[in-house]
Amino acid sequence: MSIWEYANPKKFMETSAIALPWAAAATAACLVAGLVWGFFFTPDDYKQGSTVKIIYLHVPAALMAINAWLMMLAASLIWLVRRHHVSALAAKAAGPVGLTFTLIALVTGAVWGQPMWGTWWAWDPRLTSFLILALFYLGYIALWQAVENPDTAADLTSVLCIVGSVFAVLSRYAVNFWNQGLHQGATLSLDKEENISDVFYFPLLLCIGGFVLMFLTLVLLRTRTEIRVRRVQALLARERMA
Amino acid sequence: MIALLIRDLRLALRAGGGFGLGLAFFLLVAVLVPLGVGPESATLAKIAPGILWVGALLACLLSLDRIFALDYEDGSLDLLATAPIPLEGVVAVKAAAHWIVTGLPLTLISPLLALLLNLPPAGYGWLLASLALGTPALSVIGTFGAALTVGLKRGGLLLSLLVLPLYVPTLVFGAEAVRRGAEGMSVATPLLLLAGITAGVAALLPFASAAAVRINLR
Amino acid sequence: MLPDLGKYALPVLTAYGASLGLILAIVLLTLWRGTRVRRLLRDVEQRQGRTDV
Repeated sequence: MSIWEYANPKKFMETSAIALPWAAAATAACLVAGLVWGFFFTPDDYKQGSTVKIIYLHVPAALMAINAWLMMLAASLIWLVRRHHVSALAAKAAGPVGLTFTLIALVTGAVWGQPMWGTWWAWDPRLTSFLILALFYLGYIALWQAVENPDTAADLTSVLCIVGSVFAVLSRYAVNFWNQGLHQGATLSLDKEENISDVFYFPLLLCIGGFVLMFLTLVLLRTRTEIRVRRVQALLARERMA
Repeated sequence: MIALLIRDLRLALRAGGGFGLGLAFFLLVAVLVPLGVGPESATLAKIAPGILWVGALLACLLSLDRIFALDYEDGSLDLLATAPIPLEGVVAVKAAAHWIVTGLPLTLISPLLALLLNLPPAGYGWLLASLALGTPALSVIGTFGAALTVGLKRGGLLLSLLVLPLYVPTLVFGAEAVRRGAEGMSVATPLLLLAGITAGVAALLPFASAAAVRINLR
Repeated sequence: MLPDLGKYALPVLTAYGASLGLILAIVLLTLWRGTRVRRLLRDVEQRQGRTDV
């Protein structure tokens, strides 16, 4: 089993058809369990009160917003180097999902910031970076929509994704330099000292798992749709030729 | 390559629009902002670095779609792509030409507009320096955006959307350098980082732009 | 049934509501486009008499 096998769309469709129901069920299980646990059965934070419950959406969404872009970067590279068509379509499929996660992180952050910092929005490095990330997603999706030839679109968006990644990192450092933030540092790290307490930690892990699985499920679904779109286009082209 | 540069400059000057448009826009921003914000000189002095940088950036953005559009329409881009000089060189020359007709005049006129915005005297030198260092990056990054959208019919809006997030680091460091300069603080760090960005994009981005043009011409 | 959210009830519920709404939106959008494309593909295949894949 290697990713090269799945350059064959038929093989990809077969395998993903088997994997999809399991992924969807696992997503639902993790997400429901994590969110219900987090929402109903965790105590309030002594400082932040019940707003701490927002963490179960905010942190996984923010995490996956960045990881979705990394996945798109990897898929773009695979497409550019090996002309792996399914990889290009998976990158296309991931774009809107990543944008949704970015928006969730921004919205929950704004709602959380209002009672905690007294403002919906602050030009804090992390917040600003996420706004820029949302712009990158928008540009990436818009470029896919604008170019008609599918191979050209895949090439151009891949180049954009690679250049965009470099500039996204640059922007992160730029805004860090420009303003010291209100946002706290890392919520999760391997260094246990600064970690959040276990009561919040386990439901949070479950929610992160749920978001990862949700990303996987949605990307699989959307990639399948994109493959079907390609097939429709190919069949219609043949029809016109005949 | 020199011949190509001269040709591009001639075309830009003769066609008129591209050359004057950016400058006119920059001037408009500098005149309109005080009218909108109010005449208090302290407020204006505080926002002047940011306004001047944002104005220069948007003025740059205005003429980006002209970089390749005309050459694409009349087919000379295809000729350039098959010419003996590498496409990377062509793209770099195009960026340089764009800078000479927009970035350079913007830099030169900026002290005059800074006067209107009441920039503190200490900031003038750093304004010139940061714009001179930063606007080449704007042209090079803009050329990349133009290369991505070269074949598209209504590429203008898409071009702005693609280029804006790429402009963030340049804008942040550029405006920060002027602000620190105007307040009499050390400007070395932002100015060095700005120069680093310009050098980095000038060296690397033409390869990506040339790749995008090749894809679009395929 | 709801836990006592104290004075922060509104922000917490807004955050949950907005996020679940956004998730629902992307899921529905994905499913809707999926079924539409699948139907289109079936129509085209039937018209051309091709049923492989």
